[in-house]
Amino acid sequence: MRDVSTWREPVPPDGTMGEPRARGRFGEYGGRYAPESLVEACREVDEAFRDAWADPGFRGALARLLAVHAGRPTPLTPARRLSEALGVQLYLKREDLTHTGSHKINNVMGQALLATRMGRRRLIAETGAGQHGVATATAAALLGLEATVFMGERDIERQALNVFRMRMLGAEVVPVTTGSRTLKDATSEAMRHWVGATGDSHYCIGSVVGPDPYPWMVREFQRIIGDEARGQCAAELRTGVPDYVVACVGGGSHAAGTFAGFADTPARLVGVEAEGGAGAARGRLGVLHGCRSLFLQDDDGQITQAHSIAAGLDYPGVGPEHAHLRDLGRARYVTVTDDEAVGAAVRLARTEGIVPALESAHALAWVIGAADGGDLPAGSTVLMTLSGRGDKDVSTLKELL
Amino acid sequence: MTNPTLAAGAVERHLRARRDTGRGLLMPYVTGGITPGWTDYLRAFAAAGADAIEVGLPFSDPTLDGVTIQQAGETALARGASTRRILADLSGMPDVGVPLVASTYYNLVLHDGHEAFCAALRRAGVGGLIVPDLPVHEADELTDVAADAGIELVLLASPATPQPRLAEISCRSRGFVYAVSLMGTTGERAALAVSAAELTERIRRVTDQPVLLGFGISTPDQAREARRHADGVVVGAAVMRRVLDGAGPDDLRAFLATLRQALDQECDRPR
Repeated sequence: MRDVSTWREPVPPDGTMGEPRARGRFGEYGGRYAPESLVEACREVDEAFRDAWADPGFRGALARLLAVHAGRPTPLTPARRLSEALGVQLYLKREDLTHTGSHKINNVMGQALLATRMGRRRLIAETGAGQHGVATATAAALLGLEATVFMGERDIERQALNVFRMRMLGAEVVPVTTGSRTLKDATSEAMRHWVGATGDSHYCIGSVVGPDPYPWMVREFQRIIGDEARGQCAAELRTGVPDYVVACVGGGSHAAGTFAGFADTPARLVGVEAEGGAGAARGRLGVLHGCRSLFLQDDDGQITQAHSIAAGLDYPGVGPEHAHLRDLGRARYVTVTDDEAVGAAVRLARTEGIVPALESAHALAWVIGAADGGDLPAGSTVLMTLSGRGDKDVSTLKELL
Repeated sequence: MTNPTLAAGAVERHLRARRDTGRGLLMPYVTGGITPGWTDYLRAFAAAGADAIEVGLPFSDPTLDGVTIQQAGETALARGASTRRILADLSGMPDVGVPLVASTYYNLVLHDGHEAFCAALRRAGVGGLIVPDLPVHEADELTDVAADAGIELVLLASPATPQPRLAEISCRSRGFVYAVSLMGTTGERAALAVSAAELTERIRRVTDQPVLLGFGISTPDQAREARRHADGVVVGAAVMRRVLDGAGPDDLRAFLATLRQALDQECDRPR
């Protein structure tokens, strides 16, 4: 586990998570490294998003959808028994309580609404754990759109329930049989498919990755997590702002959304990656799926496979803004192992009555380890986003426990 | 290796000179490292009348390639192919007499560093470079470094490219302009896309550089039809499917000869 004692304070001016600089840049990361056939489609999404995001009518419609269909706002739950045991004050931002069971719905509702505004009739998506796919299928059904979801064959095997949910919601699930047959390959296949379908389809990317404007747009759709939590912390915490803000990071969408609410505060931001998928902690500069960021690569520059018990963290890279926050020292990126995550999931279930997604359990595992190891000073206030519920992981856990 | 076509701008000069004789240009593609003796394919391509040869440097995540080129890349990588080894193979072979154009994804360029990557291409006798995920607005740095190293960075134009951008691409592309015939990935198609003619005409309005049509061109008939609009064709998946099915250099030489013949016949037609 990484040392988090050296923090850059005060907040660096470029680390407050505003709009990216020209050409979609977060520091040296980001950009629009798309094949020429997708450049115009990206420009259209960018234009439509800027227009929509500045339109109170769009914002109002999205807020209403999130309230009446997705169950927002989500509560801030004090983890009382676990806090007592750890000697810190831990608060959980409960994205697991949203409709479809994870934060993915926040982004998807935004993009689906944008797609209808752009006159698109179909959503294309990639999915790893299946949560983004389920959210996409849900939003598509709600708004009368078609949905085509690309999913690695290996993930289809380990997330069979979510595959069934997507199909029940009317989505087409396309198995991806190339490469490692996980999220990375599903993303490649979704991009290939989009090249031939830009006229009538919107590519609904599930994380803060991809060509500009996706990393920025997805973070903006997810910032509702951070904005809500900021207000809830102001009401609940004596200090108003937590000392630490912790979230797990695959591509990093809910972490970006959570961090965005606290980037201009003194809160220390911690992104927790899977040991086998640590793009921010161990990746090297590269370009994949349309953006310049940090990716796991071998000595020849080939992207390597990520390995995590949590399918949603099985991505060999990280969103460009996380790479930038890392370089600035504004956020720290740490890793935990599969075993630590499983242990944390069990502990949360037994102390707080919450079965977390294995992705979220990574964030908790860091909190537990850091509190036990003294990296988190006693009495610290910690906000952790619980990104999803663990129902989808029950069969994985059943094999292990 | 002494390749006479290696002077700066040599790919473009070579292709222009051949085009200006009325010849339809043929650029077959091979995935580097696909078989132990893969450079034999280059000799066969040249013997069949190729005007340039595209050598793919395989990448783990080829987001613009269809199944055939994906499989070829996976096969080559599984054999241990890498940029370094493929360029070493090229360095070790005699000049094939036509320009070599490398193609790969930007991550491999970035990984080695622009200068080192371009210098390595140059040392291996490669004159041009195609990077399909490096669009014109992100290409400034590599364009300059490549030019300094004597590598012509070829840019791609797509049916979706608006006209002002097409002018910029045509102006900044070196070697030739790669016209992507359709909205899709690489791979064989039953017919030449309707968008091919329109795109080529739009490029012609803004440049007199050679224009090669690629993506989906797989048969002599399609090559003939493409030649009616463009200066020539790039043929990738149709070649690699045969290689994956076990076809040797002689088989490919025979196949490419049919494309050569089709292009030559189309040339003889009154235009």
